[in-house]
Amino acid sequence: MAGPPARSLKRRILGPQNNNMWFWVFVGPFALGIVVFALAPIVWSVVLSLYEARNTITPTRFVGLANYGDMLSDPEFRSSLYTFVAFAAFIVPLTFIFALGLALLVNRAGVAKAFFRSVFFVPVACSYVVASLIWKMSIFNGLPGGAANTVMRLVGFDSRAWLSKPHPPLYWIVIVTERLWLQVGFYMLLFLAGLQRIPVNLYEAASVDGASRGWQTLRFITLPQLRATSAAVLVLLLINAFQAFDEFYNLLSNPGAGTYPPYGRPPLVYLYYIALGRQQDFGHGSAGAVLLTLLIAIFTLAQGRLLGFGKRGSYG
Amino acid sequence: MNQPTNPSDRNRLSRRALIAGAGGAVAAGVFAANGGIASARRPSLARSAARAAGRPRSGDKPTLKQWYHGYGEEGVQEAVEGYAAAYEEATVEVEWFPADYDSALSSALLTDDGPDVFEMGNGPNIDMILSGQVVPLDGVLGDAESDFNERMINRLTYDGHLWAVPQIIDMYFLVYRKSLLADAGLEVPTTMDELVAAADALTTDSRKGLFLGNDGGIGPLGGMVLWSAGADYLTDDGAFGFDNDSVYASFGKLRELYQSDSLLLGAPADWSAPDAFLADLTAIQLTGLWTFPQLLDSEFGDDFDVMPWPALDASTGVPSVPVGAFSSTVSSKTADAEVAKAFVKWLWVDETEYQTDFATSYGFHIPARTSLAEAADVLQDGPAATALKLYQDNAFTQIPILWTPVADTAYSDARTRIIAEGADPAEEIAAVKAIADEELARIAAGETASTAPATTG
Repeated sequence: MAGPPARSLKRRILGPQNNNMWFWVFVGPFALGIVVFALAPIVWSVVLSLYEARNTITPTRFVGLANYGDMLSDPEFRSSLYTFVAFAAFIVPLTFIFALGLALLVNRAGVAKAFFRSVFFVPVACSYVVASLIWKMSIFNGLPGGAANTVMRLVGFDSRAWLSKPHPPLYWIVIVTERLWLQVGFYMLLFLAGLQRIPVNLYEAASVDGASRGWQTLRFITLPQLRATSAAVLVLLLINAFQAFDEFYNLLSNPGAGTYPPYGRPPLVYLYYIALGRQQDFGHGSAGAVLLTLLIAIFTLAQGRLLGFGKRGSYG
Repeated sequence: MNQPTNPSDRNRLSRRALIAGAGGAVAAGVFAANGGIASARRPSLARSAARAAGRPRSGDKPTLKQWYHGYGEEGVQEAVEGYAAAYEEATVEVEWFPADYDSALSSALLTDDGPDVFEMGNGPNIDMILSGQVVPLDGVLGDAESDFNERMINRLTYDGHLWAVPQIIDMYFLVYRKSLLADAGLEVPTTMDELVAAADALTTDSRKGLFLGNDGGIGPLGGMVLWSAGADYLTDDGAFGFDNDSVYASFGKLRELYQSDSLLLGAPADWSAPDAFLADLTAIQLTGLWTFPQLLDSEFGDDFDVMPWPALDASTGVPSVPVGAFSSTVSSKTADAEVAKAFVKWLWVDETEYQTDFATSYGFHIPARTSLAEAADVLQDGPAATALKLYQDNAFTQIPILWTPVADTAYSDARTRIIAEGADPAEEIAAVKAIADEELARIAAGETASTAPATTG
C-alpha cells in the first residue's frame, strides 16, 4: 500500500499530463506579481488606515476608525469628491458620444479606413504629462498670442487667463478637452470592435423590413447590439475619471511654491498631497484611498446592475 | 605607510591657488578676510591630515550615501562628486536626482536603503523630526556658528537641537526694469499702494506691469503678505500670528492686484523662471536669485535691479524677502551617526573653499556663511549687491519649523479663496487658525511623547 498512494498523490498534484504543473509555471509568476505588487500594498494600506502613520509605514499607534472619521468629516476631501462628480459629469458623456460617433464614421469610411483608425488612436500613445504641457504652455496660455486666445480674438472676444482664474471656471475646458483628446481614440476602438461583431444579416433583414438606413437602423439595430460594449465603456470611463490625477496636477499645481488650488482638486490629487506630498500622513491618506476604492466599487456594481454589464456574453 | 598624494589633494591645491589668485585681485579688506579664513582652516587641515595618516587603509573606510536634488546648472554634479571624493575619512557615494527628488527621498527614508546624508529645502520638517527620521547635529557648527545667518540657524533648530546645516542661501524678490520705471517717472515702490499704482502705470497693450506667477502670486506670496502687514506665521512664543486687520488689508491689496488688468497671468513659464521678464511680457516680476545668470546675460542685463516685497503702508510692516536654504541633514538610519555628522561638518562648515565654489561657480546663490557671502566676488556690485543687501536687511525665513505641512495646505487653500475667489479674509484666516492650533497642539503633545534624544541613535 505504501507505493501507489504516493504515486497517486504526486499524480494528483501534477494533474493529467502535468497540467497543474504547467498551469503554475505559466500563471505563477504573474500571480506572484499580483500578490506582491497589488494585493500586498492594498492590504497594507488598509492596515495603515487604522494607525497613526506619519512619516512611517510601520506605525505603532492603533487608532481604529478615527482616520476614516477624519476623512469623512474633512470638508476638503468631500469637496474633492464634488470635483470628481463635476469632472465625470462632463468627461463621461462627452467621451462616450465622441467615441461612438467617431467609431460610426470610421466604420463607414469608404477610403483610407486604416488611416482614419490610426489617426484618431494616435493621441492614446501620448503621455498625460506631455499633453498637459502643450495644453498649458501653448494652446491655453494666457497671452494674447496663445492658440486659444487667438481664436477667441478672431471671433471677437477678449483673451483670457484660462487656467489662472476660478471664475468663470474656464479651467474645466482645458482639463476636459485634454482628456477627451487623449482617450477618445481608445474608446473609439472598443466601439469599432463592437460594431464589427454585429452580424450583417441583421442589417439586411432590417433593410428588407423597410427600415431606413440612417436613424432607424442606428436606433433599433446598432445601439441595442452595442449594449455590452457601451456598458463596458461607461464603467471604464467612470473608473478612469475617479482616478484622474495627471492632467489636474500638471495643469493646476504651482510646483515652484508647492501649492495646489482648492478648486479643481480631485480626490487623488488631494490624497497625493496628504500621503505622498509634504504631509507624509499615510494613515489619513490610506483611509481616503480605501474610501475612494469603496466608492469606485459601489459605483461600478450599481452601474453594472443598471446596464446589465457582464450578464450576457452573446452578441456585442 | 605615509599618506600618498592623491589626485583629490592636487585638486584641492589647485582650487586653493585659484582662489588665492582671485583674492589678490579684489580689495584689500576682502583679501584679509580670505586670508583669515585660510589661516583659520590650517590647523583643522593639519589635524585631519594627522588623523588620516593614523587611519587604517582606505579599504576599511566607512561608506556614506549622500543625496542631492538635481541643481539645474551645468557642472554642479561634477563639483559635488569632486568634494565627496576629496573626503578622506569615509567613502562618499553621491546620488543625484534630476527630478522628483522629494518623493524619492521621502520614500527612501522609510526604508533601510536611504541616504546617510541628504539635503532638504529648509531642512527636515517637524514631522520628520518628531518621528525620528533625522538625528540632531548639535556641535557641528562649532566656533563657526556665529558666522551663519542667525535667523536661518534658528529656523533649523527645534527643541534646542540643530537639525540641518545650511549649504547655500536662496531668496526671492521682485525684479524690475529700471528704464521702464524711470520712463514712467516712478520711484521704486515702498508700499503696497505704490506697487499697485506702478503695476497699473507700467501696463501697456503688449506688456503687463507685474508678474507674480500664473496663480497671481497665491503660491509664493504666503509669507510676504504677512510680513508686509507686520505679522508672521507664528508669534515669538509660537502661537498663531496673523488674524488681525492689517493682514486682512494686506490680502485686500493682493485681491486688488488680482482683479486689476495689470497682473500677468497664464505665461508659458511660471514665476520661478525668468522667461516672462526676458520676453518683455512684464515690467516687474517676482522671481528668485537662481535666475540671475540668465538675467545678467540677457539684453536687460544692465537694465534690471531687485527690490523687496513692499510694506503695507508707511506705518505698517516692513519690506521683506523670503530666504531659504538647502540644508544638509543626517538620516537616523545611518550606520554611525558620528561618521555622517563628521562629513557634514567637513563639507558644509570647514571646507569654505568648496562652499564658495558650490554657491557661486555654477548657479547663483549666497554662501551660507556670512564671511563667505561678503567676500564672494559675484556679490560685489550691480543687482547682485542689492540682493545681498536685501538678504542682510530684509530676510525672513520662508516658513517656521512649527508651521506644519497640514497648516500650510490650509493656508494656501485660504489664500486661493481670498485672492482668487473673493472670500472674506477674516473668516478664511479664522479657519486656518483652527487647523493650525490643532497642529500646534499635536506637535506639543508629540514633543512629550517622542523624546528627541531617543532619536540620536
